[in-house]
Amino acid sequence: MDRRDFVKTAGAAAAAVTLPPRVAPAPQADASVRDLCLRALNAAQSAGASYADVRVARTRTQAVSTREQQITALSDGETFGFGVRVLAGGAWGFAASRELTAREVERVARFAVAQAQANSRALRRPVTLAPTPPVKDGRWRSPIEADPFDVPIEEKVALLLRANAEALKVQGARFVNSSLAFVRDEKTYASTDDVFTVQQIYRCLPQLTVTAVDSARGGFESRNSAEVAPMGLGWEWVLKADLPGNAARWAEEAVKKLTAKSVEPGRYDLILEPHHLFLTIHESIAHPTELDRALGFEANYAGTSFAAPPEQVLGKLRYGPEFMNIQGDRSQPGSLSACGWDDDGVAPETYLIIKDGVVVDYQTTRDQVAWLTPLTGRTRSHGCSYAESWADVQFQRMPNVSLLPGERDLTLDDLIAATDNGIYIVGRGSYSIDQQRYNFQFGGQAFYEVKGGKITGMLKDVAYQARTTDFWNAMDMIGGKRSYQMNGTFSDGKGQPGQSNAVSHGCPPARFKGINVLNTGRGGDRG
Amino acid sequence: MAEWLSRAEARQLAERTLGFSKSDGCQVTISSGVNGNTRYARNEVTTAGDTVNAGVTVTSRFGKRAASVSTNLLDDAGLRRAVEASERLARLAPENPELMPLLPAHVYTAVPAFSGATADLDAARRAAAVQAVTGAADRAGLVAAGLVHRVAGAGAVANSAGLFAYHASTTAVHTLTVRTADGKGSGWAGTAHNDWGRATGAAALAERAVRKAQGTREPATLEPGKYTVVLEPTAAGNLLGLLAFALNARAADEGRSFFSKRGGGNRIGETVVDPRVTLASDPQDPDLLTSPYTGEGLPVARTVWIENGILKHLAYDRFWAEKQGVAPTPFAGGFRVMGGTATLDELVAGVDRGLLVTRFWYIRPVDQRTLLYTGITRDGVFLIERGKVTGAVRNFRFNESPVVMLNNLVALGRPERISASESGDVGGAAVVVPPLVVRDFSFTSVSEAV
Repeated sequence: MDRRDFVKTAGAAAAAVTLPPRVAPAPQADASVRDLCLRALNAAQSAGASYADVRVARTRTQAVSTREQQITALSDGETFGFGVRVLAGGAWGFAASRELTAREVERVARFAVAQAQANSRALRRPVTLAPTPPVKDGRWRSPIEADPFDVPIEEKVALLLRANAEALKVQGARFVNSSLAFVRDEKTYASTDDVFTVQQIYRCLPQLTVTAVDSARGGFESRNSAEVAPMGLGWEWVLKADLPGNAARWAEEAVKKLTAKSVEPGRYDLILEPHHLFLTIHESIAHPTELDRALGFEANYAGTSFAAPPEQVLGKLRYGPEFMNIQGDRSQPGSLSACGWDDDGVAPETYLIIKDGVVVDYQTTRDQVAWLTPLTGRTRSHGCSYAESWADVQFQRMPNVSLLPGERDLTLDDLIAATDNGIYIVGRGSYSIDQQRYNFQFGGQAFYEVKGGKITGMLKDVAYQARTTDFWNAMDMIGGKRSYQMNGTFSDGKGQPGQSNAVSHGCPPARFKGINVLNTGRGGDRG
Repeated sequence: MAEWLSRAEARQLAERTLGFSKSDGCQVTISSGVNGNTRYARNEVTTAGDTVNAGVTVTSRFGKRAASVSTNLLDDAGLRRAVEASERLARLAPENPELMPLLPAHVYTAVPAFSGATADLDAARRAAAVQAVTGAADRAGLVAAGLVHRVAGAGAVANSAGLFAYHASTTAVHTLTVRTADGKGSGWAGTAHNDWGRATGAAALAERAVRKAQGTREPATLEPGKYTVVLEPTAAGNLLGLLAFALNARAADEGRSFFSKRGGGNRIGETVVDPRVTLASDPQDPDLLTSPYTGEGLPVARTVWIENGILKHLAYDRFWAEKQGVAPTPFAGGFRVMGGTATLDELVAGVDRGLLVTRFWYIRPVDQRTLLYTGITRDGVFLIERGKVTGAVRNFRFNESPVVMLNNLVALGRPERISASESGDVGGAAVVVPPLVVRDFSFTSVSEAV
């Protein structure tokens, strides 16, 4: 119901707007940048590096934030610099600087080698890199229709204020915050393994949150634009998301939440729609199948993984039912992790992480492949290397990790109709999961009681808690191809010092039998 | 250019930037410095990085219209482009009725937050700290992972009304996790300070984490429920920070906060927690040493937010302060919760039956009305019986509010500076907190995670 309305209005808005016709030009390689890259690689090799790569990046960011009828922040940023990564004495070294001059790239390259040599004294197992084919002159650009940095700021502000006004027309809606964020990453990469690529990567994030206040009783409830995904697209996605056309509906739901029935804790069948389920996939499948976590490399912060060690997991760990297939890729059009080559210079693969409910692979980078080769026979990286910026060293980050749709052509409505006593959950809410990804708790944006195959009313204070594999093995119905949708997260943290990554997760709606639901309004009462 | 800007260099960069300004008012925020880290896992160094960077953020204004542009291209062309871009954006921006005038010049009290020992923590010295930990873990047959991270730099803010503020600082953090090879036991230790020389040494940290890893191998499973807990300073700080950063006047006045009064207004003057609780911030506190000014150059003074359990102040930004007819009260970059003199062991000795918690993790809001949060325990939960630690127990998920926790306070110990960021790096606030004993702490499920 909500979803169909959204798709309808989004489609209408897209049709109403004429975008300037655009032929996406391939990103250009600056001859002087290419020269400086080669200079850095040569300096590293002369100083004793057995391998080196260099990333030169110019990143533009823009953010517009509003509340009610005023702007709260308007910012535009640009950062430019380069980072050189080397292997010397079998150890990694990395140094970066904002001054892209011949002298500085050579200094930084030598500094990185000296650092690697210092690190090699505390090394036990020299790093080995999986082979990757040369790329003479690679070019890639996100499939955008309109560059958001070409759109006047007035148009962006006007769109947000119009959305805010629509939300505030709803009686009981008191506060509204909305924002747009854009990123354009222009990245040149070169390595001593004969890879040279130039990429232009875009991301955008439209958001709105409306709060209804019940001052008499001291309560407040919020609803955000959960159905609007962040995407690796341009301004066209903002228009399609149609915040102004949807704001009133979100405001009405915030108001309705004030008087919604507080959930009775207990076991329910949960029907999770894609804009909610993507985050459950992100936390409980995508993170535990990162190879660095499984091997202990992230033990001090992000954590380890229950899906470890690999020799006891691959081909053995049943994660969910036979119809559960989880794909890793960096190629779905418009997805946040899409790219031509990763930060190892590898063209990413599309592959299965979970096949027929059983774990068959992990996410990998070039320096991780050797750990798995004896188990999988694979000798190349899946292309999961990423660094947040020129100033950060690259490491393994998740690709898009998606639950593939089922063979039967089921929709959300079919799942609801088949459910006797359930809760239908819309949108991402509060979430928390342990450091090995065994146990989690998720809230949502809006919750509906399902009785006898029908939605019978709104609920609030809902959160569900489960053990990862119990939860996924309780999945008994999923939607078909038609019901598959993508959502994602603009900033997923990992690593130390922390780095942010953007990633998409696609899935159909799915049903989970007999899941433990808490009441968060009563201090997390247990079911 | 040096790795970070001196006061004279920062002033010169600010003046050069302001010189390009054609707006009614212009503010320049400058950052500069080095960021160095060494990571380790599986008892060896994994990656490291040293980055040198500097940048400016230019905010131009025309009347009530304002916009910001940031860049790290600091030659005249780059600065001119940033100023012009911010002016272009500002002209386009609608009026912001909440925009306050630029602050005038002010003489700030300098904070001695820069430590030579931290600035000198290069790759070789970091690798030596790593080896002290990995060696200890290896000798004990355990596996260590961790991070040595330091930043050294200087920032400034200047505006066309004549204000100039400069602050140089360093911060070092070392956090580490030691696990048993079979993954059945895990222990954590961490330290943070402006001065690497005053941070806990690598050997002492390793000893603490090794002991915890060895002690958590065979945990008992206890039923979830309400327990008396002894929270180590890190665990206490993980939750107290949530309270500190909720001390916002506007959210309270607007009915969006735990500190909102029913029917309107806020709860300043009311007793909100146990009378033994006092929470203050002070840039000059020798264990906090945070910036003496805010992002717009407003001086930051010592402020007691909660005194003897009574809410004394909430943070007012300049706009909200003027609207409410009070003085602006900025929050500082850190806080201290006062405590007593008892050591952690002495607190444990006073508990008949309870749980000792090392730290919390993945803490997320559940309900802002009550400041209810969820998260899990990590790297060591121990059963206390008749004043002694008698064994390890499995991790729990909690659903608890720091306000409820501080109303169920049993005892406070001796405060210390902790590594407060969940991510274990130099990010986040400077935090000094005591270990706490709290009754009826709410654990809602058992986690199998180690």
